[in-house]
Amino acid sequence: MSQTNRLAGGGLIDRSRVLTFTFDGRTYQGHPGDTLASALLANGVRLMGRSFKYHRPRGPLSAGSEEPNALVELRDGARREPNTRATTAELFDGLTARSQNRWPSLRFDALAVNDRLSTFLTAGFYYKTFMWPRSFWEKVYEPAIRKAAGLGRLSMQDDPDVYDKGFLHCDLLVIGAGPAGLAAALTAGRAGARVILADEDFRLGGRLNAETLTLDDAPAADWVAAILAELASLPTVRVMPRTTVVGAFDHGVYGAVERVADHLPVPEPGMPRQILWRIYSRRALLCAGATERPIAFADNDRPGILQAGALRAYANRWGAAVARRVAVFTNSDDGHRTARDLHAHGLEIAAVIDVRSDAPRSPDYEVLAGAQVVGTAGRLGLTGITVRTADGGTRKVSCGALGVSGGWNPAVHLTCHQGARPRWDAAIAAFVPGPDLPPGLAVAGAAAGTFSTAGALREGAAGALAALADLGVAATAPALPRAEDAPAGITAFWHVASDAGRAWLDQQNDVTVKDVKLAHQEGFRAVEHLKRYTTLGMATDQGKTSNMGALAIMAELTGKPIPEVGTTMFRPPYTPVALGTLAGRSRGDDFRPRRLTPTHAWAAEQGAVFVEVGTWMRAQYFPRPGETHWRQTVDREVLAVRSAVGVCDVTTLGKIDVQGTDAASFLDRIYCNGMAKLAVGRVRYGLMLREDGMAKDDGTAARLAEDHFVVTTTTANAVAVFRHMEFCRQCLWPDLDVQVISTTDAWAQIAVAGPRARDLLRRVVDPTTDLSNDAFPFMACAAVTVCGGLRARLFRISFSGELAYELAVPARYGDALVRALMAAGADLGVTPYGTEALGVLRIEKGHAAGNEINGQTTARMLGLGRMVSSKKDSIGAVLSRREALDGPVPLRLVGLRPVNPADPVVAGAHLLARGAPTTAASDEGWVTSAAFSPHVGSAIGLGFLAGGEGRIGEIVRAVDPLGGTDVAVEVVVPHFVDPDGEKLRA
Amino acid sequence: MIIPHPLLGPRDAQEFVYLGDARLIDRPDGLAEDAADAFHDYAYLRDNPAGEHQELWYHEQGDRSWLVVTRDTVTHRILRAELASDVARAQGRSR
Amino acid sequence: MRYSIFQVLKEGLTGHRGWRPAWRDPAPQAEYDTIVIGGGGHGLATAYYLAKVFGAKRIAVLEKGWIGGGNVGRNTTIVRANYLLDGNQPFYEFSLKLWEGLEQELNYNAMVSQRGILNLYHSDAQRDAYRRRGNAMILHGSDAELLDRAQVRAMVPFLNFDDARFPIRGGLLHRRGGTVRHDAVAWGFARAADALGVDILQNCAVTGMIVENGRIRGVETTRGPIRAAKVGTAVAGSSSRVMAMAGMRLPIESHVLQAFVTEGLKPVVPNVITFGAGHFYVSQSDKGGLVFGGDIDGYNSYAQRGNLPMIEDVVEGGMALMPMIGRARLLRAWGGLVDMSMDGSPIIDRTPIEGLYFNGGWNYGGFKATPASGFAFAHLLATDTPHPTATAYRFDRFRTGALIDEKGVGAQPNLH
Repeated sequence: MSQTNRLAGGGLIDRSRVLTFTFDGRTYQGHPGDTLASALLANGVRLMGRSFKYHRPRGPLSAGSEEPNALVELRDGARREPNTRATTAELFDGLTARSQNRWPSLRFDALAVNDRLSTFLTAGFYYKTFMWPRSFWEKVYEPAIRKAAGLGRLSMQDDPDVYDKGFLHCDLLVIGAGPAGLAAALTAGRAGARVILADEDFRLGGRLNAETLTLDDAPAADWVAAILAELASLPTVRVMPRTTVVGAFDHGVYGAVERVADHLPVPEPGMPRQILWRIYSRRALLCAGATERPIAFADNDRPGILQAGALRAYANRWGAAVARRVAVFTNSDDGHRTARDLHAHGLEIAAVIDVRSDAPRSPDYEVLAGAQVVGTAGRLGLTGITVRTADGGTRKVSCGALGVSGGWNPAVHLTCHQGARPRWDAAIAAFVPGPDLPPGLAVAGAAAGTFSTAGALREGAAGALAALADLGVAATAPALPRAEDAPAGITAFWHVASDAGRAWLDQQNDVTVKDVKLAHQEGFRAVEHLKRYTTLGMATDQGKTSNMGALAIMAELTGKPIPEVGTTMFRPPYTPVALGTLAGRSRGDDFRPRRLTPTHAWAAEQGAVFVEVGTWMRAQYFPRPGETHWRQTVDREVLAVRSAVGVCDVTTLGKIDVQGTDAASFLDRIYCNGMAKLAVGRVRYGLMLREDGMAKDDGTAARLAEDHFVVTTTTANAVAVFRHMEFCRQCLWPDLDVQVISTTDAWAQIAVAGPRARDLLRRVVDPTTDLSNDAFPFMACAAVTVCGGLRARLFRISFSGELAYELAVPARYGDALVRALMAAGADLGVTPYGTEALGVLRIEKGHAAGNEINGQTTARMLGLGRMVSSKKDSIGAVLSRREALDGPVPLRLVGLRPVNPADPVVAGAHLLARGAPTTAASDEGWVTSAAFSPHVGSAIGLGFLAGGEGRIGEIVRAVDPLGGTDVAVEVVVPHFVDPDGEKLRA
Repeated sequence: MIIPHPLLGPRDAQEFVYLGDARLIDRPDGLAEDAADAFHDYAYLRDNPAGEHQELWYHEQGDRSWLVVTRDTVTHRILRAELASDVARAQGRSR
Repeated sequence: MRYSIFQVLKEGLTGHRGWRPAWRDPAPQAEYDTIVIGGGGHGLATAYYLAKVFGAKRIAVLEKGWIGGGNVGRNTTIVRANYLLDGNQPFYEFSLKLWEGLEQELNYNAMVSQRGILNLYHSDAQRDAYRRRGNAMILHGSDAELLDRAQVRAMVPFLNFDDARFPIRGGLLHRRGGTVRHDAVAWGFARAADALGVDILQNCAVTGMIVENGRIRGVETTRGPIRAAKVGTAVAGSSSRVMAMAGMRLPIESHVLQAFVTEGLKPVVPNVITFGAGHFYVSQSDKGGLVFGGDIDGYNSYAQRGNLPMIEDVVEGGMALMPMIGRARLLRAWGGLVDMSMDGSPIIDRTPIEGLYFNGGWNYGGFKATPASGFAFAHLLATDTPHPTATAYRFDRFRTGALIDEKGVGAQPNLH
């Protein structure tokens, strides 16, 4: 069967080529230029979907992106795309589509039983039942409801396509390429302004494509082609078909989605499926046209009942007839235009039913003035309508399609995205853009309520001129073609008054006039209550085809004028946007960038296992052949550091250079402990507080010169500490002579730790530096050279508690340095260690890290209370004095060791007294960090314990209900190795 | 949003990090008698106006300037942006 | 009128002529015993519990627009009691218990669905923090389970386990958490409060506080002055604006939080899932839309709308976690005003003005708190003492240091 309803001629389709496609497994043919909907209609297919709630049979209502009914699953496999509007899906050869939300088939849908029960399934019925017995909601009712929920199906496979994002800048963004938009783009483009002309359609021209208008007595298509040709020749104009401007954001930023490859079977290699453009505009002109609204009457939802404008668009643009015998139901002259066009295409006009008693007559077909459609017939597609004539009689009219025209709603959406409300225009019985537009945005043409073609052209050109004048760009109005300039004549008419049958407002969500009446009856009269109670306007068209009618009915019921009833909020996006597009390339492994340390390649060669530390990748441990468990590896690394020497890349720690004559004074205010008197060549541990008194970060400050410090931060806080320093420098003490710069990426830094550390360093650091304990003691620092002249910085600091140094070289030498250290130390047993061993070493030594300094701890809790100087003002000092910061009973950092060495200690276990009930009331603290200590020979932990400093030696319980353990642990001082610091000073 | 940087011209707000009320410039004297009260108010209380709001933005992905931006919290319209160090000096802050 | 299946059937058969308004539309009286400012979830719940539990009479709820128009109608519908700190967890556990019986209590189906909340972790440190939190929850009598990667995969196999930048290592599961149909909460409380005689006054904006000799005497409104001995404000999002009428500055900033929903999809996400390596949390509604959210936009705002970068950030998190949603479409984005407080936790307390009480600072956790917040606020209004689960929610904690800072980010509201 081939294209039975394709008209003999006409249309903007390429009849010379045939495209083959399938819908629900059946094969059909169409032409380039078709949408899926137009091609199906041309093949005599009206039934394309089912409604959400009642599973009513549905065909397309529209010919555009506002479509609520003809939603299909497009494509197969991982590219399956649910809820795709057949009315905008561009036909390509091999397209496959399936209907959705029906079982077992579109023609026979078991859940259509809901339609039979609809008298009970009214608006909000579910709020009134399904409550007994209580447990049945999760077990019975909700599973049943969810079984029926939803429209299309996700493929459940990773989206195989790529998406891009980009930025565009322009003087004037023109949204919509109908007559207004084309005139605007031409005006601004000729003036040399940077113009972006974006339109959601794949064919530019807007309604000009759907009408039989003439411009300067030639077909409108000729004029459109000429303008597009000129725009293409203008260097500052960018024309973007298939691009929907979806949101108007602050300061002239618009979000737009370009469908780059949706009209292709699959994207070409390297081609993104879609692009999210952030368009930075100096001015914008909304020329988005208008959407035709239906009239509500009994059973107005059958396949074959469309917007009248859509009916003629299918005929004029696509050469497709919805049926051979057609009726029109209208409240304005616009419906008559449909009848005229279809008649001209040779279709039979069964009747034009016009609610106006003074409806214009036609020589070509019957006009029933003052009449209304009161009913329809046809289970899976329209077969006829019932008309109540002006004299009160009824008449059956047989037809396969009915065009309905209730007037047009300007597409005001983008004008309201920043919270503005539209204004009611009684002359066209529609909301038009209000006075409070987003800054920089103006509106022209039908979007502004100007419905004639000549008016649209005029306003488009004028809008561009006004925008350019604003920007100081000289421009002249182009000569505009002669076009129809008919005044819009409309008699507001929203629904056919009737107690019988159901009249649909929101076709997808199955909200009828009765539902609105019920909402009113139950007090849900505010427009937002109406929406939320009935779900009206919450369908995929976001009320484009439904809201206006419902508002009008609510106005009738409440006796208020429509503008007082108001509108719901217009929210982005204008039409739904694929999530893949909004994510762009930031997904999977590319979700966030990776920062690699300078020794990464070397570590990878050693077979290191890496771990994510923020955005960094760090070597976690370095397994050796024969090691079967990570613990084996880590224990070996730890013992190597404790007995010989280990090397570890610590580049990720933040490094900040602080310079200036006031550098010392500055750091004295940043750290809670004193820094002013630190001697040149010395390093000091520093604790930084937030202004609220909690520990912010810790690290070291090394004084390389009177006016030069190098500060280290933790990896996690490197950025925040630097930002904080800049805040203090610029906002608090702007005249201090101090400059700060982050050098985290500039220096590779390697820890060399263990009793043989000095021996190893002596082989790398040039002999000009005396590394003896006297000359370079614990907490010394110096600028040195290594490997025969390479500048470096050496700090004798220790995280592990061993004799240890950190050696920094310019980042590009980090790889060479670690290789040099490994080569030089082979006979010393030099061992690379990773973050796991680092963690064990610092827990053994009792150094606080991120698990302890987590933003909820004070200096006192860390056992560092006396570091907070009271002699000076430093950030956080004042508020740190609030005693309650430490908890009701002050928490203190303690060490924890299991009484039975075989018992585990896990971080996150809570500390309770022996014999206390296992409840929150007995909770006295928690384990912050835990590890197996090869040095101690058991698991060990650090933790915060209420009154901990006075409880050394006490046995408490480390309780982990999640893991089902309850372990007796001894409270010990938090230094499991070398508590007196002899090793690190050796 | 777009922030009119006084040195660099219009810059996307994405380049900035937001801190909050520009009164955070007015840090009290930590050695004063009433420091506890003053720091409570400084650290915790906010006018939080619906309308013009002077606020601190840090050009982290840029020149590292802290700015005082005057912005309407209802419309998001930005009235002006100044270097925070200039504002601080104008308020008498120095060393 | 009592709602039931029988009533639905009966009305269905008789043309639905019997349904009455869910709440009255009374004219304001000149004086009430208690005025609750704010017809959102918290205000309506407060009025309900005042009347129901504390036997208060002559109560009015003043709403500047339509009830439920604030955050109770613009959130991601999640309820949970999975807090770490002693100041919070008993309160949210109390709230969850109220949720569990709420529909029968109110005779209104708010679709409380305890479908479980899964907080994913992606690092050892995150696991340790979740273990501490989960254990705290259990010690407080709530439920928690710590899942490893294999258990998470068995439960939600569609997550990205194969090429994630931050691999999923496990999750903290809170089975009693879930979702609630948000609007229905406001309507259910309104209907039940109305039935107890509470006057719900819509389109009645408070324009001033009547304070005499340090004592509240009532409020000025767009519908005239209304006197009352006690006034409670529950207007989170606008707290600073309202309390400024009483001359108070608050430890609160107003920020915009966006939320999102996709087109309807056949159900695929069975529970609530939060991403631990980005700002993204998601559930699927009974209509089929994926409901998700992320972080606040981050700047002070009263605009009830956000900007594109945060939309992108949230969806990036979604795609990183669930790469099969790429072809689902975002249907709608909206924004709500949230009271971001200085330690990320709420305030339910008296004020320096006698008879004036404050409830706010809910950050983006207000929805789940609705019943307990109403109960605790009613307790405070009726008895002048804090409810036992809400004793920590005091104004003076910023002075004493008894902070409730779950995230540990300090006095910077946009980081909470």
